[in-house]
Amino acid sequence: MSEFHEMGFVEFSKVQKSYDGESLVVKDLNLSVGKGEFLTMLGPSGSGKTTCLMMLAGFETATHGEILLDSRPINNIPPHKRGIGMVFQNYALFPHMTVNENLSFPLEVRGQGKAEREANVKKALDMVQMSEFGHRRPAQLSGGQQQRIALARSLVFEPDLVLMDEPLGALDKQLREHMQFEIKHLHERLGVTVVYVTHDQSEALTMSDRIAVFDDGVIQQLASPNDLYERPENAFVAQFIGENNRIDAVVSEIHGDKVLVEYNNGGKGEALAVNCGDVGSKTTLSVRPERVRIGEKVGVNSIDAVVKELIYLGDHIRCRMDVMGNDEFVVKIPNSATSISMDVGEKTSVSWDVSDCRALDA
Amino acid sequence: MSDASVNVKKRQMMTADGIPLKRSLRISLRREKLRGLALLAVPALFVIMLFIWPIYTLFQKSIDDSFVNDVLPRTMAIYEKWDGEDLPGEVHFEAMFLDLTTAEKLEIGKVSTRMNYAKSGWKSLIKKSNRKFKKFDPQKALLPQMIKADKRWGDIEFWKSLGIMKDRRTAGYYWNAVDRTYDSKKNVIMQPENRRVYVMFWKRTLLVSAIVTVACLILAYPVAYLLATLPLRVSNLLMICVLMPFWTSLLVRIVAWMIMLQQQGVLNDSLVGLGIIAEENRLPLMYNFNGTLIVMTQVLLPFMILPLYSVMRGIPPTYMKAAQNLGATPSWAFLRVYMPQTVPGVGAGVILVFIVAVGYFITPELVGGKDGQMIGNQIAYHLRKSLNWGLASAMGVMLLVAILVLYWVYDKIVGIDNMRLG
Ligand SMILES: Nc1ncnc2c1ncn2[C@@H]1O[C@H](COP(=O)(O)OP(=O)(O)OP(=O)(O)O)[C@@H](O)[C@H]1O
Ligand SMILES: [Mg+2]
Repeated sequence: MSEFHEMGFVEFSKVQKSYDGESLVVKDLNLSVGKGEFLTMLGPSGSGKTTCLMMLAGFETATHGEILLDSRPINNIPPHKRGIGMVFQNYALFPHMTVNENLSFPLEVRGQGKAEREANVKKALDMVQMSEFGHRRPAQLSGGQQQRIALARSLVFEPDLVLMDEPLGALDKQLREHMQFEIKHLHERLGVTVVYVTHDQSEALTMSDRIAVFDDGVIQQLASPNDLYERPENAFVAQFIGENNRIDAVVSEIHGDKVLVEYNNGGKGEALAVNCGDVGSKTTLSVRPERVRIGEKVGVNSIDAVVKELIYLGDHIRCRMDVMGNDEFVVKIPNSATSISMDVGEKTSVSWDVSDCRALDA
Repeated sequence: MSDASVNVKKRQMMTADGIPLKRSLRISLRREKLRGLALLAVPALFVIMLFIWPIYTLFQKSIDDSFVNDVLPRTMAIYEKWDGEDLPGEVHFEAMFLDLTTAEKLEIGKVSTRMNYAKSGWKSLIKKSNRKFKKFDPQKALLPQMIKADKRWGDIEFWKSLGIMKDRRTAGYYWNAVDRTYDSKKNVIMQPENRRVYVMFWKRTLLVSAIVTVACLILAYPVAYLLATLPLRVSNLLMICVLMPFWTSLLVRIVAWMIMLQQQGVLNDSLVGLGIIAEENRLPLMYNFNGTLIVMTQVLLPFMILPLYSVMRGIPPTYMKAAQNLGATPSWAFLRVYMPQTVPGVGAGVILVFIVAVGYFITPELVGGKDGQMIGNQIAYHLRKSLNWGLASAMGVMLLVAILVLYWVYDKIVGIDNMRLG
């Protein structure tokens, strides 16, 4: 995905934002979105995602720094001249206009003739499979249908960049997953650049080329979904994306890209040196639940454990264990023919490969 | 039909204590219904007593013309027998004499007032005659005696005018309210030139109400917009300013306007003092049409602001953002996206202000001078001064109907369910 970095269709450079002049909501944001990329901003509530989007759309001004769109600074361009499509969280379809009129609106403003407008509206409605609903009012549509119309409206004037602020937040799970694929396919077909905001990590993982994980106004990590899950660079990302087991430890020796660590109970282990300090500093080890083996005592990373709870989930079994006093340690056991049977209270051991254990910041 | 279903039909369902289920259900439902009705009775009674009944009596009053029949029963009973061309015969004079001498004095006073509406002169004729009737000799023919007492008794126009009052129901008051009247053959004709006033009042009332409504809308719209969009702290303060008039007595407000606007008032003094207008060109802003307009607009402004505000507050700011994001300039977004969504508030405010304005009379009375009076002042005049309640009622009913028509038109155009009063 490195081709995106060079082009930089959207560029945030040292952007800061404060609403009250006392605290920064966005802190020194540097972000480059490539042309045609699907970039997702993912983060907990209040982390500044919407604020970033609003700065890009022009409804908030950056307190400091510059935003470039296609190499042009846009700080002083008013929203209606930016030509950026946007899907709002509550759709913001105009209630007094029919679907056709809603879609026509941006074309009218751009001075298109009637025939041209009608053709474009029809094309956009076909695109989201809503052609029969042109004469309805938004209030006469279901949530999913409104969502499609909002999507069509943001694309009908063929912007190069579309912003989406939790567009699927109001939909039920099944419809949400369906719409995720539709948006993804539209993106692939039209080649527009999409900046997407969500706080649903599975949505982000499904749809994005790259994900920017936000916390507290700072991008914690910017990477492809695969990298983000497999190679989290700090404890926040490891915890936020997917399920994670964290183990507190202290660095005792560093050998190249590996570290030897000492657990709180005196036991020792080995991990990848990703983001840990020097010898003697605290670190957080991160191990994914599906990378933990039960029962076999192999390698350096092997610790005693007690089974606390077993939850049958069809394709896998979730096993909650007590490992070194932490009884939230989770292991996922695939439900295959060869899987071992266990009972609650059973004493066993857990182990993992060095390459699956990452030493991160404390 | 299968055996089973026949069985079900035969066997009646019973409750635990043996009463058929159906009857038990009916009883319990009836009890519930009665309770519902009892709860409904109180508000229903309230509505009937305070709205329907007064409006009904108002309507009755406006078409009631049984007074002459009640006070002059003998005269009216044989009135039909007169050919209407020659002087009525002795029987008619006798009946009139008996009626006038037996009726109570107070009633005669009232009835002569009523008869005076039909033909002016009746009042003085009856008053004068009644004094002379005492000296009459009832044994002799009454016709010559009465004509001798007052020769107007020999004028058949007076006798003809009785025909107008023959029916116990009349539309006459309604015709009066639009400057028309009955001639002696009960044809509708225009009032004489010098008595044509009401059409002018109706027109002026509609004009004043329309101007005041438009002025209120123009002034209220930006205020309501500010109220709905400013931060809460500021908008609360503004709201207090808007509601202030509600906490001040109407009279105090009117007096304040008088002090401000009269010829020697604060505004004119300042303008003259600043040299903007000359001493002899002081603006006539009070005790005339202008005064009515200015003060009514100020008094009615909150009725426009509040419904507008309540609608505007419900419009999320994202619509304006979305419109601008789609390429509309802020002003175009306001025009195409924001304003149409405020239509329900505009409708409610317009209806409310117009309805209240049409019936206004205290303000015009105090600041309207001569050319700022409205139909409400005429109603008040007939209720309190001339005591022509029939005419006052007819005007009231006409006002009510006008408002209902307005309401209906509004419903056709905008839809009543679209109206948001707050
Ligand atoms: N208009 C505003 N005035 C003052 N503070 C604001 C304003 N809008 C947002 N904030 C603050 O800025 C911070 C970031 O808000 P933002 O809306 O960007 O969060 P978010 O990441 O979009 O969260 P969510 O996932 O809940 O939508 C929050 O702490 C919020 O309280
Ligand atoms: Mg948000």
